[in-house]
Amino acid sequence: MNTATAHDYSGAPLGAPVYELTQVSKTYARNSVVALENVSLTLRKGSFTSVIGSSGCGKSTLLKIMAGLIPPTKGRVILQNQPVKGPRRDIGMMFQQATLFPWKTAVENIVLPIEIRDGKAAAKKAMDKAHELLEIVGLKGFENVYPNELSGGMAQRASICRMLITEPAVLLLDEPFSALDELSRDMMNMELQRICREQDATAFLVTHSIQEAVILSDDIVVMKPRPGRIAEVVTVDLPRPRTLDMMTTPKFGEIVDHIRGMLDKGEDM
Amino acid sequence: MTEYQTNAPTDADTAQDTVWEQEVAFIDAVPRWIAMTFVFVVFIGTWQLVTSFGLVSPIILPTPMETLKDMIFVGQNLLTGGYMLVSLWITIQEVIYGFALAIAIGFSLGVLVGETAFGEKAVMPYLVAIDTMPKVAFAPLFVAWLGFGIESKVALAAFIATFPIVVGTAAGLHAADENARMLFKTMGASRMQTLIKMKLPTGLPQIFTGLKIGAVGVMAGAITGEFLGGGKGFGELIRVAASQLNTPRVFSLILYLSVVGLVLYLLVQWTQRRVVFWQKESVGSYDG
Repeated sequence: MNTATAHDYSGAPLGAPVYELTQVSKTYARNSVVALENVSLTLRKGSFTSVIGSSGCGKSTLLKIMAGLIPPTKGRVILQNQPVKGPRRDIGMMFQQATLFPWKTAVENIVLPIEIRDGKAAAKKAMDKAHELLEIVGLKGFENVYPNELSGGMAQRASICRMLITEPAVLLLDEPFSALDELSRDMMNMELQRICREQDATAFLVTHSIQEAVILSDDIVVMKPRPGRIAEVVTVDLPRPRTLDMMTTPKFGEIVDHIRGMLDKGEDM
Repeated sequence: MTEYQTNAPTDADTAQDTVWEQEVAFIDAVPRWIAMTFVFVVFIGTWQLVTSFGLVSPIILPTPMETLKDMIFVGQNLLTGGYMLVSLWITIQEVIYGFALAIAIGFSLGVLVGETAFGEKAVMPYLVAIDTMPKVAFAPLFVAWLGFGIESKVALAAFIATFPIVVGTAAGLHAADENARMLFKTMGASRMQTLIKMKLPTGLPQIFTGLKIGAVGVMAGAITGEFLGGGKGFGELIRVAASQLNTPRVFSLILYLSVVGLVLYLLVQWTQRRVVFWQKESVGSYDG
């Protein structure tokens, strides 16, 4: 793994390790399937890491372990020097669907994590911050709108705010824009980059799109199935900030081809 | 390029706007109330023809006019606080108490079955078994246990209306998708928080569907209870009228009774629109 050359969004060398996985394995007892085998991974402060691989390569298992939703069978999972033994407020998560609740307005949805953890009073106090976040993602004026009236992209913007409201140390992104059309998706990816830069966020993205992984990431973890394991960690040394134009450069194409070659090589991937 | 132009059909044709009449189905152009009136007129007309040609004995089927006259008579009795209003009020009370009881029991059982593994494993099979029984057959038991007063009718009405509410509530609690559940887990929500802040609101449309089916069942239960267990309710008036071969009276009593049922149904629907304000309207279906 060659992460030493990676740089953060501002071009400075990457910060201290935030999230560290060491020799993590997961075997599902029910059918004794080895979903994950000896996965080691380090996310540094301010870095963007993607994981890519065919279905069954264990990437969603990996994400669930990192989110504290399921325990590993073996290995160490350390976030900010504390072992992850369950969901934590310093873990932010975003899903394929925006999953906004239709009976709550945009801001009410955004302060929901605070409401759940600290109660209604704390949620009320967090309203100002929710308004700020909405402004950051370009949804100013939609504070009191119900999700039914938001487009898919707008809903995902709101769910970004919900993820950020607890100021998490790591953002876990589970194919967040894959339900959007391609144009919105490109735009949202650039927005995501901007927001991550502004917040100096440490992000971990699960995706099916090689292009998306390359345009966003410092490191791309390529995984292979049966058992789920890391095939290679590809470092993307395109300059920051990334732009959509970069997708037409030879360098971009090279990295994409390299990853595609690796994904195709697998026997039954 | 010039090839194409010389081959074009005629200059006049291509120079004009391509406007043409799109066919519109006749029924799409007709307002709903006209279509409904049409069906009503056909129905009454057929009824009138069948009776005036003597195809059916007047004892079996009265004319529309006779029925209307009797409806006016019954209406007057109701409006002037006559004995029929007393009967109607008894039935309305049975319906209200029965529905309230069904909601309380049905909702609690629904949460038990929909939320706990124990309820789903151990209680649900029994509920399904009881639900497949013809519930009106329990009426004599309720009379034996609770007597000929309104209690036995309330019990039967509640008994019938409970099951759809259980099913609606349990289905509603399962309606939340995987993402929503995961989101609540990542937020560290307790089971109670997940139930109250996510699962129940998500399931409200299904719960209201259960309530609407229950609202229909509660009327049937109350009237069946009166048929089989006597008393002084509206069902008893119908039974007496039928035994006297007073068919116009039976018809008009049924029509007034259906107004009660309709009001209850609309009340549930109105509440649903208020509570589940985010749900899209769909006309004329149970889950509307």
